[in-house]
Amino acid sequence: MTSPSQPIIELRDVNKWFGAFHVLKDVTLEVAKGERVVVCGPSGSGKSTMIRCINRLEEHQGGRIVVDGVELADDVKAIEAVRRRVGMVFQSFNLFPHLTVLENLTLAPVRVAGVAPKDAEATAMALLERVRIPEQAGKFPGQLSGGQQQRVAIARALCLKPAVMLFDEPTSALDPEMVGEVLDVMSGLAAEGMTMICVTHEMGFARAVADTMVFMDEGRIVEVAPPAQFFDHPANERTKRFLGKIIGH
Amino acid sequence: MNPSSWIKANLFNSPVNSLLTVLALALLGQVVPPLVDWAVVRASWGPGDPETCRRAGGACWTLLTEKHRLMLFGVYPYDQHWRPLLAMALFVALLAVSANRRFWRPWLGGAWLLTVVVIGILMWGGVLGLVPVETSQWGGLPLTLVIAVLAIAMAFPFSILLALGRRSELPAIKALSVGYIELVRGVPLVSVLFMASVMFPLFLPEGITIDKVLRALVGMTLFTAAYLAEAVRGGLQAIPKGQFEAADALGLSYWQGMRLIVLPQALRLVIPPIVNQFITCFKDTSLVTIVGLYDLLAATKAALNDPGWRPFFVEGYLAAAAVYFCFCFFMSRYSQWLERELAKGTR
Ligand SMILES: Nc1ncnc2c1ncn2[C@@H]1O[C@H](COP(=O)(O)OP(=O)(O)OP(=O)(O)O)[C@@H](O)[C@H]1O
Ligand SMILES: [Mg+2]
Repeated sequence: MTSPSQPIIELRDVNKWFGAFHVLKDVTLEVAKGERVVVCGPSGSGKSTMIRCINRLEEHQGGRIVVDGVELADDVKAIEAVRRRVGMVFQSFNLFPHLTVLENLTLAPVRVAGVAPKDAEATAMALLERVRIPEQAGKFPGQLSGGQQQRVAIARALCLKPAVMLFDEPTSALDPEMVGEVLDVMSGLAAEGMTMICVTHEMGFARAVADTMVFMDEGRIVEVAPPAQFFDHPANERTKRFLGKIIGH
Repeated sequence: MNPSSWIKANLFNSPVNSLLTVLALALLGQVVPPLVDWAVVRASWGPGDPETCRRAGGACWTLLTEKHRLMLFGVYPYDQHWRPLLAMALFVALLAVSANRRFWRPWLGGAWLLTVVVIGILMWGGVLGLVPVETSQWGGLPLTLVIAVLAIAMAFPFSILLALGRRSELPAIKALSVGYIELVRGVPLVSVLFMASVMFPLFLPEGITIDKVLRALVGMTLFTAAYLAEAVRGGLQAIPKGQFEAADALGLSYWQGMRLIVLPQALRLVIPPIVNQFITCFKDTSLVTIVGLYDLLAATKAALNDPGWRPFFVEGYLAAAAVYFCFCFFMSRYSQWLERELAKGTR
């Protein structure tokens, strides 16, 4: 649908309000195919809201959002089509507790994409191999550790073979010793050329993986830069202060 | 553990418990012997007439021998009783199959429809050489089962729609659902049944009548659905927002998300209140007597109308109560089993 020069995700002057509260202010961002974007910024700056607008978990009120050539508007079918092209990983995993790990992975392919159950299972098992927990396929999410659950959630998001992956603080709810195993899986994905937008405060990961760093504050994108420049010579005062705080300690 | 140490550990493990044990034994000693004497020793069993019972001086189980067909089948033509009997057997078989999780497949809906049609043919007759029987002649346990089972079976899906409607973001649907639920919950069942049976026909064009049983059935369904809807809504509210979002993010449509993700979790949480409502509905069928239908309780009452048997109403009502208890106890046990069964593996 998109020609190589066109961005796969395009936000243009996006504005959003929660009631009277202006969360997103003229947010403009382009993400090219294969680009890895890491978004950071203080709490409440609108990072989650921005990436949730990309698969329409939140509705924007002004501006345009185009994903893989489809503009997000009120058309329900278009929204569902975009959601099939965009995988999302949540901070709190959000696995379906009444289904086994394997069923979590095959649900959308079988029900949404009409894949034959056998093929969906084969794909699911391959993905579980890739996140290194094939032996957990028959268990229920409640029986897994946090790190394992988040890896299942990543595998689930990959099951529909998405063009873009969105991560909203995927490691914030994890015990420190489990953060590494999830970041490894994400680095692997990045290495394979997956287009990704990650909201994260894991700056080591960001520096290693990101093509572009985005810094948000008070609903605005304040700075966009490649990681080397972003970390070593941030242009904006607020970025400097923020980096000082989180890298400082 | 041997019996004497078990008794020590459980009945006499403290002075207070010892006292309570002794008191309980004394009470049982007061109550049980006369009860056994009445219900078994001096009871009158087998065929006979009221005089037999009076002479025996104890419980009159003879009443049941003589009158059980009237109590069970009401005024359904006597020589046709095999038809409601078969209908009841079909109902019980249908419920037994539906209780098994392995059979929760789409074809089960078809099986329900088919069984209901067969039961309808059996009860009504008029085809296949069966003598036609007006619904005004239906009665007893088959009528209770027809109304209770069908009212529950129809109210349940309807209540899910109402509960979803009440949480809908579409103002019209939300207002309709809230209005319906509050209105129906605000009036007693008796008045809903009256409305269904007396008022409703007034709005119908001249010459069109709707069957009495059907009207009572509709009344029970509408009433039960409003209460069930609130139970279901309780379950929906307990599902974290993340579950809805994960379903959305995978591209599931609203109905797919509800059917595959939200409802299976929500309904599991509210099995106890749902089954509670089923049990209430089952027992409330005895109120259809006020619109002139002879359910199990009304048929029992009719059997006791016979002046000779009237003194033995206790035995009659005990028998009816035992039948209600069997069904309600089964539902209650089933719900406990189902809760455990569905919780297997998860969490
Ligand atoms: N559904 C909502 N209704 C009203 N206000 C909301 C809602 N969701 C978020 N907000 C507010 O919008 C602002 C931005 O929230 P958002 O979750 O996007 O921030 P964030 O940058 O992801 O923060 P964090 O790092 O804490 O996750 C916050 O002030 C939050 O309180
Ligand atoms: Mg956030």
